[in-house]
Formats: sequence, structure tokens, C-alpha cells
Amino acid sequence: MANFSTNDFRSGLKVMLDGDPCSIIDNELVKPGKGQAFSRCKLRNLRSGRVWERTFKSGESLEGADVMEYDMEYLYTDGEFWHFMMTDGSFEQHAADSNAVEDALKWLKEQDVYTVTLYNGAPLSVAAANFVDLEVVETDPGLKGDTAQGGTKPATLTTGAVVNVPLFVNIGEVLRIDTRTGDYVSRAK
Amino acid sequence: MKNTWRPKASFSAIKARAECYAQIRAFFMSRQVMEVDTPILGFSTATDPHLASLEISSPLRIGVDQGFLQTSPEFPMKRMLAAGSGDIFQLCKTFRKDEVGHRHNPEFTMLEWYRVGMTLPQLMDEVTELVCEVLGKSLLCQRVSYRDAFEQSLGIDPFTEKTSSLARLSRKLCHYDGPELSRDGYLALLLADQVEPTLGQGCIGILHSYPASQASLAKVAEDSKGQLVAQRFELYLNGLEIANAYDELQDADEQQLRFEADNAKRSSLGLREIPLDKNLLDALHHGMPECSGVALGVDRLLMIKLGASAIDEVLAFPVSIA
Repeated sequence: MANFSTNDFRSGLKVMLDGDPCSIIDNELVKPGKGQAFSRCKLRNLRSGRVWERTFKSGESLEGADVMEYDMEYLYTDGEFWHFMMTDGSFEQHAADSNAVEDALKWLKEQDVYTVTLYNGAPLSVAAANFVDLEVVETDPGLKGDTAQGGTKPATLTTGAVVNVPLFVNIGEVLRIDTRTGDYVSRAK
Repeated sequence: MKNTWRPKASFSAIKARAECYAQIRAFFMSRQVMEVDTPILGFSTATDPHLASLEISSPLRIGVDQGFLQTSPEFPMKRMLAAGSGDIFQLCKTFRKDEVGHRHNPEFTMLEWYRVGMTLPQLMDEVTELVCEVLGKSLLCQRVSYRDAFEQSLGIDPFTEKTSSLARLSRKLCHYDGPELSRDGYLALLLADQVEPTLGQGCIGILHSYPASQASLAKVAEDSKGQLVAQRFELYLNGLEIANAYDELQDADEQQLRFEADNAKRSSLGLREIPLDKNLLDALHHGMPECSGVALGVDRLLMIKLGASAIDEVLAFPVSIA
């Protein structure tokens, strides 16, 4: 991979730091009027998800990380790996381990499309879309007429995720969920 | 069609700039300081290893096939002073390569002025008055020495603390894990990252008496503790560096030695050497009057006036859309 000097640092750039692929979140030039310049960076470690702060001397460089994001369809799991397929017509398949699918696991539905981040050709992380539509497989019976008042109850979705839903929701309904918060949004159209 | 043709700054910011220029000119007119105009393109430039000039590669004139966009109008203004101009100021564009960020644009507006016979403390007063004038409010001025500022922020004496301990602090406080730096390198990092944010909070902050190794083009003198310090100050507002001032070095031989030392450092860092400005050295040989000079970043002063968090908010066309 190419090397990137601090002058090339910008948010979204993927670089290697301490052996882990990282994405630059923020980079700020720090320079006293007459003196050495530095780049104060925030980077997200793509393996752990943690945010690192690091200051570099201007002109220092980091190796680029071979990290690419692709749209892939979720196929199935064999219990050890979760299998995804490229949607670009190549039918290329990739197997993600439990670390990679951790964040998306409770939203994984077969045949839905996810963003899979490949690092050196292997899945590093899997992200669900911000909103997913999932069917309710278990919940208390819906209360008729109760459409507006607060009040929620737990509902289990096809993927096994449990979310709080309004009291009027019934088994078999398809709901729109915000995967970032895990909140019910609406009935799916 | 993309929207990048539009000015980035709001028209209220564009208007504030116009008003600021008028205020600056009125301020100096009333003090009999003459406005001058010197070249932005010169065949020499600042030698400071930490300043990168933009280079122009086409011939400037016969025998000179290269030029530099000036990082400050300092050299030609000093030639004017030596020729007997008296007090002068200039409002102009200056350029610094690779300086891009929330507080930096490679092309920026500088106000630089020189006061013959004025001491550094007197110049502190004058800069304070100008800043208050532009901001339209009176602010207290808090003056602190480089030593005391480090003492207050980090509990260390920057003149005597061991370099290894500065390195340790840089790692711990500034998350610096890069190659070993010079003593001044660590001090620069600690200053920018830890000390500067504390300066000029709710007041005008003036930092003075820098280590002699950071004198640049300022005179050097002994302080009360017998330490050699640069006769230099910087002005801060809300932790943002606004201006840099010197009790100007007059000694031509000393100036030449500093240029040569800068160039030696440049070549050790793999940077190109800068052709010495012989005209400036000749002017100093001829004799430049004792004076204090200051350079002030006008865009940053506007940022403070308008409460902007990024320099782009006060630039009609920042470098990204220039």
C-alpha cells in the first residue's frame, strides 16, 4: 500500500497504526507561529471500534490500510461463520467471523444487503443499513384502539432482536427499526 | 451544478472584513503610520525551517530563475525602514505552503507594522488598542512570560526541564509517539497543544520572553533569572494565536549568522536552502533604526470578532474552492 504523509490526512482515509487498520476521523494542523508543525488526529480503530487520539510530526507518514467497503448480501450462517455474497454480479463469497458480525448480528436477515468492510480481503466488520424492516415473531396480543397513547411492550423479531414497540403491534407485522439506536420507527409500508 | 461557485463566507462576514480594513487604515492614519506596498513575489524568503514558501519556477528576471511567494512582507519593509521611511504598515496577502486546517489557509491576510523607537511593551499596548478597536470592545490584557505560562499549565520550567522529561510529557499529554524531536520541537508541541488553549481566555493574552533558540528575527537579552530570552511576544485571543512581534534585530552580521544557521538546519532536515536576501543584509549594514514590529493575522481576528470556529467562515473563497 501507498504511504500517506500528514499532508494527505483527511477524514475517511484508512491507514495502519500500531498494526491495526484505522480510519481518520479528524485531523487538525497544530502549529505555534514559529515552530514545528504537528497534526493532531482522531482515528477510529476499525478492528476494535475504539477512537484513538494521536499527534504526528508534520511530514510523518503512515502506511495506507487495504480497507474497502462493499455491499454484500447475507446468505446464511454455519454457526462459526456468516457468509456474504458480493452484489456486483461476481457472486464472490466472503465468510465473516463472530467478531466481524458482532454489531450487525441482531439485524442479520437472509437476502438483505449489508455493508461489509474488507481488510486485506477478509471481512473486518459488517454494518446494517440505518433502517431495516423486520417481521415480529413474538409479542403480546395487540390492544385494539390503542394507537396513540404511550405505552410499549417487547417484541421479538425474526432475527432474534428484541425491541420495544407500541401496544397495537401484532405478530406477523413488519416493522421499520433504526439499527443505530435499536428503536422502533414505524410499521413498514 | 455544484454550489462551489458561491462565496463560503456569509455576506455579513464579507462586510465585517471590509469594515475591519477601514478601521485598520483609520487607526494607523490617526497615528501617522504610513501604508506601504511591497512585493509578494520575491527572489528570497523566510529561512525559518518551519516555514515553507510556495515556489514560483518561471524566471523573475535575467539571472533569477526562481521566486517565492512571501510568508510575510518583513524583508522589504525592513529595507524601507533602513532607507528612512519612518513608521510603516502594510495590509497584504501572504502565503504558507501546506498550512491548511480549521485555523490555517495557505493564502491569508496579514497586517504588519513597524514602529521606530517604540519598545516592545509599548507595542504590546498598541496591538491591544488595535485589537480592541476592531473587536469593538475593551478587553483586559494579561501578559505572561513563556516560563510562567509553562509553569502555570504544566508545572515545569521550560528553560531548565530536561529534554527527556519534555518528551515524556509530550507522549502523555499530547499523544505524541513519533520520531524524537529537538528540545524546541517538544516545547512547540507542548506550547501549541497544552499552553496556548489557556491563553487569552476572556482577555487579550500576551506571551513574551521566549527561549533565545526561538528568537527568529528578534533581539536576545538576559532576563531577571540570567536566562537568555528572545525579545518577542505573541498575542492570543480564546487560545488562538493572532500576532507575533519582535524587538527587531538590527545587527547585520548576527542576522547573516541566523540565516546561515537556519539553512544548515534546513539541509540537515532535507529541506531546500533559501538564497540569502543580500538586499536585506545590505540594508541592515547601512543601518536600520531601532524599532519594534508585529505581524497580525487578520482572518483570525475576524474569526474572533464573528465567533467563527473555522477560518473558512471568514474567507470568501478558501483554498478548497479558490
